[in-house]
Amino acid sequence: MSITVSNLSFNYGERPVLDNVNVKAEPGQLLSIIGPNGVGKSTLFHCMLGLLNSYKGQIKINGKDIKGLGVKDMAKLIAYVPQSHYPSFNFSVFDMVLMGTTVQVSAYSTPGKEQTKLVESALERLGIAHLKHRGYTKISGGERQLIIIARALVQQTGVLILDEPTANLDFGNQILVLTQIRYLAKDGYTIVQATHNPEYAFMFSDRVLAIHEGKVLADGTPSNIVTEELMHKLYSVDIDVQSLYKDKVRVCIPKIVIGDK
Amino acid sequence: MDKKRVPYSVIILSLGILLIAAITFSFFLGRYPINPSQLFGILVSRVIHIRQFWTDQMATILFNVRLPRIILACLVGCCLSAAGASYQGIFQNPMAAPDILGATAGAAFGAALAILQNQNHLVITLYAFCFSLLTVTVVYFISRKAQGKQVLGLVLAGIMVGSLFSAGTSYIKLVADSNNQLPAITYWLMGSLSGATTQTVTIVLLPMALGLIPLFLLRWRINVLTLGDDEARTMGINSTRLRIIVIMCATLVTAASVSVTGMIGWVGLVIPHLSRRLVGNNYKHLMPATMLFGAIFLLLVDDVSRNLLQTEIPLGILTAFIGAPFFVYLITRKEETY
Repeated sequence: MSITVSNLSFNYGERPVLDNVNVKAEPGQLLSIIGPNGVGKSTLFHCMLGLLNSYKGQIKINGKDIKGLGVKDMAKLIAYVPQSHYPSFNFSVFDMVLMGTTVQVSAYSTPGKEQTKLVESALERLGIAHLKHRGYTKISGGERQLIIIARALVQQTGVLILDEPTANLDFGNQILVLTQIRYLAKDGYTIVQATHNPEYAFMFSDRVLAIHEGKVLADGTPSNIVTEELMHKLYSVDIDVQSLYKDKVRVCIPKIVIGDK
Repeated sequence: MDKKRVPYSVIILSLGILLIAAITFSFFLGRYPINPSQLFGILVSRVIHIRQFWTDQMATILFNVRLPRIILACLVGCCLSAAGASYQGIFQNPMAAPDILGATAGAAFGAALAILQNQNHLVITLYAFCFSLLTVTVVYFISRKAQGKQVLGLVLAGIMVGSLFSAGTSYIKLVADSNNQLPAITYWLMGSLSGATTQTVTIVLLPMALGLIPLFLLRWRINVLTLGDDEARTMGINSTRLRIIVIMCATLVTAASVSVTGMIGWVGLVIPHLSRRLVGNNYKHLMPATMLFGAIFLLLVDDVSRNLLQTEIPLGILTAFIGAPFFVYLITRKEETY
């Protein structure tokens, strides 16, 4: 399933947040959206997920306009992975993932055997089956993030939206989570993620979209986007971008540090 | 390491057996002694005709005094616990209780008003019920006007409107006749099941069923709602609509309960917590467990209330005496990790 956002504009009252934004993501593709805080990434995601409806422009999933679709229909098209969080109640990992199947059962019933199988295979796929009976609040942030991803998988949609999946994770867990996301893209999911780290955007994505002040600043392959000039424009700091391992990796070094040391 | 829980089915079965045992046990308690064979005889005689070996007075006490009171104790315990658990879920707050939206404050005001007008017991119940629903409706419409987070707006509006009605109750106490009305109001506020009759049971049965059945059926969806509105919506739950339905049902059962019993605190907070310890936070298991547990708890507390001393001890006082220390134990106990 592909997702296409055309000429999207959104205002919070008088204040424009998004201005004529175009996004396109295809199956098997990992699209990273980069940009400073408060440029409208979350608003863009909320529009794409159908949580905000008062936008101008058009959002299509698999060619179908999502405007006016009910929550149930939306939940069958697109799944959301919020930042790893700490809920009010300590659910078991199994129950937490099972909640993703809610849309498949009628309002007055609870998920059954079929849904249990989905949960088990999703946990297996992400290599976290051993956590099944643990409490969700008793495991690490990286594990929690993988569990929310598993929950999105059992929702059985083609499109996944991830809001800074590596926020608040330690270094090892960041790599672990991003690697799993990369595998999912390879398996055919359409994935759109927000990230704060241009190096990760370069290393893991197929395409990168840079948003600045509500507008699309640039959209293209990682090597076209993660450049000194664009990073400077985007983050308003002088950055030295170095290419390593025959341009398999790019490192962003703030110039200020180099000068002072 | 992973600590193995007692399986859910075993817990539910045990609670069910415990409830039946508690009900049977409660039949024997009271000033007027009835022995097991007499009880058995009276019950069986309702279905098939057998020779009477008990006094008519025994049958009257059993059916008109003890039975309605036992049923009411179970129903109220069940309702308050289910309402507490539901509110905790939809407000994402483990400290939420059935009076969070002002349902009890409204009921108290209604009852006090009816007592001030020298109304009979039935009218007092109706006043309490109507004012309870009215309060929560007012709270709901105020919260819709409130800026910012919907859930926070509801809770704040609940506190405000609740305190307004409490002030109203205080004023009524001030102007009430201190010889008969004031003690009646005070006694009502302390909570008691002593007014239970077959008639009160039939009155509250309908609103209680109307509230409890949807809460039971929607219990899985309450899980998803505890994660917050945005997440719930992306998982296909119309969070606004579901929250209204749950609030309506929980309010209905709370209003029905407090309108016949007066203020009974702690049950809606302590019992869901205990049940969470027993079966976990998944509402699929939590809701049935908390309903059964609440019924058992209030029935046993009411047994103490009517049998411990010569005069009846108000139920609200007992639940607080049992609930508060128990809660201290709960929050200071080291939480088990799993």
